[in-house]
Amino acid sequence: MVIPLWMYLIVAASIFSIGVFAVLARRNAVAVLMGIELMLNAVNVNLVAFWRYSTTDSSMGGQVFAAFLFVVAAAEAAVGLAIVIAVYRNRRSVIVEDVDMLRW
Amino acid sequence: MFVQYLAFAIFSAFAIIGAAMVVWSRNLVHSALFLVMSLFGVAGLFILLSAPFLAAIQVLVYIGAIAILIIFAVMLTRSMTAIREPFNTQSWLGAVIGAVLFVSLVAGMILPVWGWGSLPTLPQSDVVGTTRDIGIALVSADGYVLPFEVASLLLTAAMVGAIVIARED
Repeated sequence: MVIPLWMYLIVAASIFSIGVFAVLARRNAVAVLMGIELMLNAVNVNLVAFWRYSTTDSSMGGQVFAAFLFVVAAAEAAVGLAIVIAVYRNRRSVIVEDVDMLRW
Repeated sequence: MFVQYLAFAIFSAFAIIGAAMVVWSRNLVHSALFLVMSLFGVAGLFILLSAPFLAAIQVLVYIGAIAILIIFAVMLTRSMTAIREPFNTQSWLGAVIGAVLFVSLVAGMILPVWGWGSLPTLPQSDVVGTTRDIGIALVSADGYVLPFEVASLLLTAAMVGAIVIARED
């Protein structure tokens, strides 16, 4: 008796939904970035789960794709946090509602 | 196997409860530590999915680098760690969107397509993604060598960009 695929997918879906809620509802920009990290992690779980349970493809594509997603997540976190720090230095705030220069 | 189910339950509980506490805790340092807990649970899920290299990378890169980077950012913006109201005025809308997304994903896609009794429910027993396999796939000419190089270029660009943006001048 092995763990069926849908259990992994439900875990990933719940982490992704929590991440969406964090991005939409939190006011602190660092918390918003944490929500994005949660969403990327949920996608990674899905990628590896589909690779593991695939019946047709026996290559390493799924794991390689997940490894590239790590790269993208690392780049996104570095640049995003640099932007947060630059905004904090200029406006003394990391509340996303305070950074409304482009708002009409 | 019962042990596998037990490990799956523990690791998913780590991942989901950690993710929920990331959103709910008011102190951002607590949020970052709960993010580490959630990432650790996901690393356990990777091991259950026979991807040990990705689990190691998850611990090294995510927990070792990204989580520390986030804690650094929290400390550098220190006066902002204790905001009295962590959620914005439209947080109910965010909660509704998140709940609708979850329900539609589970009821609309996961259970009808990959649910009980449907294929594929069994993992391939012969596929084990060892570090050797993923290394060969990454750098072999008929594998993923071009995306691999593009990824290193992306990392270099991100590093230079982060330094330029965050530099004091």
